Amino acid sequence: MSNRMTNIVVPVLAVILGLIVGAIIMAISGYNPVVGYQALWEGILGDSYNIGESVRTITPYLLAGLAVAFAFRTGLFNIGVEGQLIVGWFAAVWIGVVFDLPMIVHLPLALLAAAIAGAIWAFVPGVLKAYLGVNEVVVTIMMNYVALHVTNALIKNMSDGSDSTERIHESASLKSSFFEQITDISRMHNGIFIALLAVFVIWFILQKTTLGYELKAVGFNRHASEYAGMNVKKNIVVSMVISGALAGLAGAMEGLGTFGYVAVKSGFTGIGFDGIAVSVLGANSPLGVVFGATLFGSLKYGAGNMPSAAGIPEELVSVIIAIIIFFVASGYIFKLLLEKFSKKKEVK
Amino acid sequence: MSFLEIIAFIVPNALFYAAPLIFTGLGTVFTERSGVTNIGAEGLMQIGAFTAIVFNLAMADVLSSMTLWVAILVAMVVSMIFSLLLAVASVTFRADQIVTGVAINFLALGLTLFLVKKLFDGHGQTPMIQERILRFDIPYLSEIPIIGPIFFENVYLTSYLAILAAIIGWIVLYKTPFGLRLRSVGEHPMAADTMGIKVNRMRYIGVMISGALAGIGGAIYAQSISLDYSHATISGQGFMAIAAMIFGKWNPLGMMGAAIFFGFAQSLSTVGSSLPIIEDIPSVYLFILPYVLTILAIAGFIGKSEAPKALNIPYVKGNR
Repeated sequence: MSNRMTNIVVPVLAVILGLIVGAIIMAISGYNPVVGYQALWEGILGDSYNIGESVRTITPYLLAGLAVAFAFRTGLFNIGVEGQLIVGWFAAVWIGVVFDLPMIVHLPLALLAAAIAGAIWAFVPGVLKAYLGVNEVVVTIMMNYVALHVTNALIKNMSDGSDSTERIHESASLKSSFFEQITDISRMHNGIFIALLAVFVIWFILQKTTLGYELKAVGFNRHASEYAGMNVKKNIVVSMVISGALAGLAGAMEGLGTFGYVAVKSGFTGIGFDGIAVSVLGANSPLGVVFGATLFGSLKYGAGNMPSAAGIPEELVSVIIAIIIFFVASGYIFKLLLEKFSKKKEVK
Repeated sequence: MSFLEIIAFIVPNALFYAAPLIFTGLGTVFTERSGVTNIGAEGLMQIGAFTAIVFNLAMADVLSSMTLWVAILVAMVVSMIFSLLLAVASVTFRADQIVTGVAINFLALGLTLFLVKKLFDGHGQTPMIQERILRFDIPYLSEIPIIGPIFFENVYLTSYLAILAAIIGWIVLYKTPFGLRLRSVGEHPMAADTMGIKVNRMRYIGVMISGALAGIGGAIYAQSISLDYSHATISGQGFMAIAAMIFGKWNPLGMMGAAIFFGFAQSLSTVGSSLPIIEDIPSVYLFILPYVLTILAIAGFIGKSEAPKALNIPYVKGNR
């Protein structure tokens, strides 16, 4: 079986198995799995409002998943997407609140600020990895907490001690009256276009440019790339910075689109960590990320309907997602089974 | 407040916050020394904290003052069993260890909250426990002048158990054949395999020790600090324990020192407002201190922290 096929078969099998395990957990806990999944389905696609909100949830998932996937292609594990997202969110809202400019300048400026903030946050682990050989996983985890506490302090500072900033000016908002109209006033916003554009741009960079080729080469074999004359250190930093910029944009989706403000957080948003799940499921490819983000984003949003419609705690969906990730990550065992299976066929 | 009083106030508090970190951190030292990355410490602590709280609530009437300690033991066992997931996926199935660890964290948080809502009629939070870990004065020792009030008055027994555990951990890791084998598996699994050490078995043991100790850490945290279980009970303590492990250079005693220091920073951010000098420092600096220090430590600015060589690489027999 070709590599490409296993990259598709393993995630699909994992999703099916994850849903089956979810059904078993529901059955054991005394819930009806059919009613549960029906409620989940209704919660995602039941009416135009839910569809709109599902898309709204998918939007930052696309960017967060892309961020993880992009770094992964260069052999870097960016667990810091969460922190980069938080600083991006703050930067976007800060520009949106403090400045008052025409929309054509204001909105791009706010988006740019978010991307730069995320990029700076990822630059630190990138440089440490490239020049000092420091493990990026640990540094990015630590940077997440620094981001959380620092932005909380900045939010309080900016809003005179209150727990939430003012709303951004309309000129920096991603709100779309068209989407509001057709989705029964959901919070679906224009950010989805930015996210899909980002998917295309990242696909283009990875597949059609020298930069993308070099980044992937470094990911495959650092030493070979070095002998081939590539600047490995620069590529590592560039990869982290682009990844961080994508994560920062994911934060802007929340700041400029969904909420329009930023509030003090007691814990992480979870979107950055879910981005890891999205990327793992999507086999670290931009198209795979679309699949992963659509699935996990809609599952996460649809889960909100489960307590009221079926009496099932919505956390069940987190359990299902975790199990799917386990199965995908353990792909080795699947591949082994698939290979054995196809070998047997050949013998026959 | 006199200087001595301030010290007598800070030290027990720092040790109090450090105890869960020391237990969890010690566990991560053992896993990583065996060559398995353990990002799942946070999730394992959550399982421990949840188990301890539920057990405590259910059995407090029957076991009264023994509840606490039995709850810690139960949490230890449950967490250890849960950690088998990490072991099976990352050792046997050769899954990416970091992805598996992340999945463990997802699963633990999702599963515990699912069960909390199932057990407590849809509430996202358990009731408060009645039997909790209390402060006490250690007899005789607390009467020693100067040292007594600082170290032995108004202390939690768990703080001293944690320090004892770290010392035992150090002895096991550096002074026993088992410890040597565990470390060799994390540094050079092929050499260890050639010498007849079962690499994967040692890694299973490393992961399970971590599960057990993180369970204890979570149980202590829940029963002494949070006193209930919700989504916010364990928020970063597991990662802070990992930070302590790195800051302590993968050595149980170094880890303990780092954990006590982090405990100190954590306690300052909560009780600091009642102390002179500290009250003028914005609390955000105290919050980020452990994380910033860890980044500096691992970057080599505070002595070089080097990870076990075979960390994060599944062992495949016969591969060079």
